[in-house]
Amino acid sequence: MVNLSVHIGNLFLKNPVTAASGCFGYGTEYKDFIDLGKLGAVFVKGTTGSKREGNPSPRMVETSSGMLNSVGLQNKGVDYFISDIYPEIQHYNTHIIVNVSGSTIEEYVRVAEKLNDLEKIPAIELNISCPNVKEGGMVFGTHSPSAIKVTTAVRKVYDKTLIVKLSPNVTSISEFARAVEGAGADAVSLINTLLGMAIDAEKQEPVLATVTGGLSGPAIKPVALRMVWEVYNSVKIPVIGIGGIMNATDAIEFMLAGATAVQVGTANFIDPRVTVKVINGIEDYLVNKDVTDVNSLVGALKIVH
Amino acid sequence: MKKFIHDFQIVANRRVNEEYFVLSLSGKQQLPEIKPGQFVQVRVDNGPNTFLRRPISVYNVDYDKNILYLLIQVVGEGTRVLSELKSGEILNLVYPLGNTFSLPDGEKALLIGGGVGVAPLMLLGRWLKEQNKEPVFLFGFRNSGLIVDIDLFNRFGKVYIATDDGSAGEKGVVTQHSFLRKETGDISMVYTCGPEVMMKAVALWAENNDIPCEASLETNMACGIGACLCCAQETVHGISHVCTDGPVFNSKELVW
Ligand SMILES: Cc1cc2nc3c(=O)[nH]c(=O)nc-3n(C[C@H](O)[C@H](O)[C@H](O)COP(=O)(O)OP(=O)(O)OC[C@H]3O[C@@H](n4cnc5c(N)ncnc54)[C@H](O)[C@@H]3O)c2cc1C
Ligand SMILES: Cc1cc2nc3c(=O)[nH]c(=O)nc-3n(C[C@H](O)[C@H](O)[C@H](O)COP(=O)(O)O)c2cc1C
Ligand code: FES
Repeated sequence: MVNLSVHIGNLFLKNPVTAASGCFGYGTEYKDFIDLGKLGAVFVKGTTGSKREGNPSPRMVETSSGMLNSVGLQNKGVDYFISDIYPEIQHYNTHIIVNVSGSTIEEYVRVAEKLNDLEKIPAIELNISCPNVKEGGMVFGTHSPSAIKVTTAVRKVYDKTLIVKLSPNVTSISEFARAVEGAGADAVSLINTLLGMAIDAEKQEPVLATVTGGLSGPAIKPVALRMVWEVYNSVKIPVIGIGGIMNATDAIEFMLAGATAVQVGTANFIDPRVTVKVINGIEDYLVNKDVTDVNSLVGALKIVH
Repeated sequence: MKKFIHDFQIVANRRVNEEYFVLSLSGKQQLPEIKPGQFVQVRVDNGPNTFLRRPISVYNVDYDKNILYLLIQVVGEGTRVLSELKSGEILNLVYPLGNTFSLPDGEKALLIGGGVGVAPLMLLGRWLKEQNKEPVFLFGFRNSGLIVDIDLFNRFGKVYIATDDGSAGEKGVVTQHSFLRKETGDISMVYTCGPEVMMKAVALWAENNDIPCEASLETNMACGIGACLCCAQETVHGISHVCTDGPVFNSKELVW
């Protein structure tokens, strides 16, 4: 028997494989395809203080080995989440972690306070890295004094596991990781999407209505791996690795680079059963390598030269 | 409605014309009921340029032989790869997705399609006929060489044709077809699928004639199952999602 369980702060995950925010709805969308109870956790869609309609169409375009999206945090707001969605999903046999976003520090705090009271939500992920909203979002994630302020403010009102999701759209992501660690984050997750754009040469127009959008999928994996490795080497809190994970090997690479757990995003659109395949693949890898505990992979990268 | 992910074997790849082909796909499992208007998400090969699944309407279903038919137009890399598939090869589908059309109050219904937009109208025409309705098809194509399976549509109802160059049927766009100026008194419903400009013109015609109209829309999609919120369409009720709230919408609800 191999041990697949990991800890993120005080949070116990039965295995390190989770679904990324914005790519897995509220989990219900996938229950025809997989047993949600098999997952380490589900990070649900970004939730804000009040309802957001999101951005105009087109919001998505495929690019080489990836996609650009500009959904723009469309959601019905935290009160709707609590009254209508939470009762439905609280029975899942996996952790539900809410991704929290806002335009102002007050909005982040308000959402976090409300979620703090929900018994079956053991953690939140502060999204200070959404590239698709005009105000807030990434502003907090690309200006370290703001990142510190929002993390400190939320930490004051939130008692459970606080994960801060970092933006890759910065020069030094380690600086941000250290900043939010100092401000009380229990873990960091990275990376959110990379700011990008696509152009229709025929029409001489941008493809996305918002001109720019967030790049995800295998195209961003090398960047994400490098950032996870850098952050792992600069903070003590656990790191959750995200970016282009398509299979178990990708997930293992993130763990070797220093991730204690991983999130699978875009890959769910191609194979709705991918998360479970990643879990099984990690287990097979451990058995083949004669390793008994998945935690021994974390940061085990051997740098020879 | 439960959704599935299954491998299908290609039993035929029939070239319909220069641009269109029909894939016949046989499943190991008994096919679930598939409603007109519903679509499948086809996994091409997940290569660098055909990374995401491609949404394709269900053209027809043969429940006895357990075969699903897709009518596809080659427009880019993904559809080109699909057009080259051979019998025996495997294709992975997530299905059945999306909503369906509603039944008309009266007997006669007009199904207006443009180009590959005729695809969902096959299953729709067949269903209407099974419900003892009288479907009439009005199709627009660029030229006679692109006309699709008229004999098959003819089993369910009369087919009228318009072509841009007049090489078959009447010359001009569907909304200028003489049929719309004559025999329309007893039409109780209009269904449309095709290029957006055509559907808008059809919807306008229907509204002017006080006939309800349903349009089957296309948007870029990633997941096809309501998880990513990429397939946004503005409606009078706010943002809707084409993959779950659609692809079929009442034209009066659309802000387009
Ligand atoms: C619900 C739904 C049902 C559909 N049913 C059918 C069908 O029955 N038969 C069929 O042939 N096609 C159908 N389509 C369109 C089909 O999905 C696209 O043509 C296909 O994804 C293009 O893939 P590609 O790799 O060949 O082209 P790409 O390389 O992705 O694109 C080539 C060109 O096609 C355009 N294109 C890409 N996706 C779409 C799209 N969704 N709609 C319109 N243009 C697009 C691009 O803008 C580009 O100009 C449907 C689309 C939707 C959303
Ligand atoms: C359609 C879409 C919507 C997303 N929405 C959110 C969101 O609401 N909040 C968030 O923190 N990240 C969001 N993300 C980012 C993902 O959670 C993830 O960080 C990113 O896609 C990289 O991982 P991947 O390559 O596995 O998809 C979204 C990504 C996509 C593709
Ligand atoms: S395509 Fe993902 S929600 Fe419609």
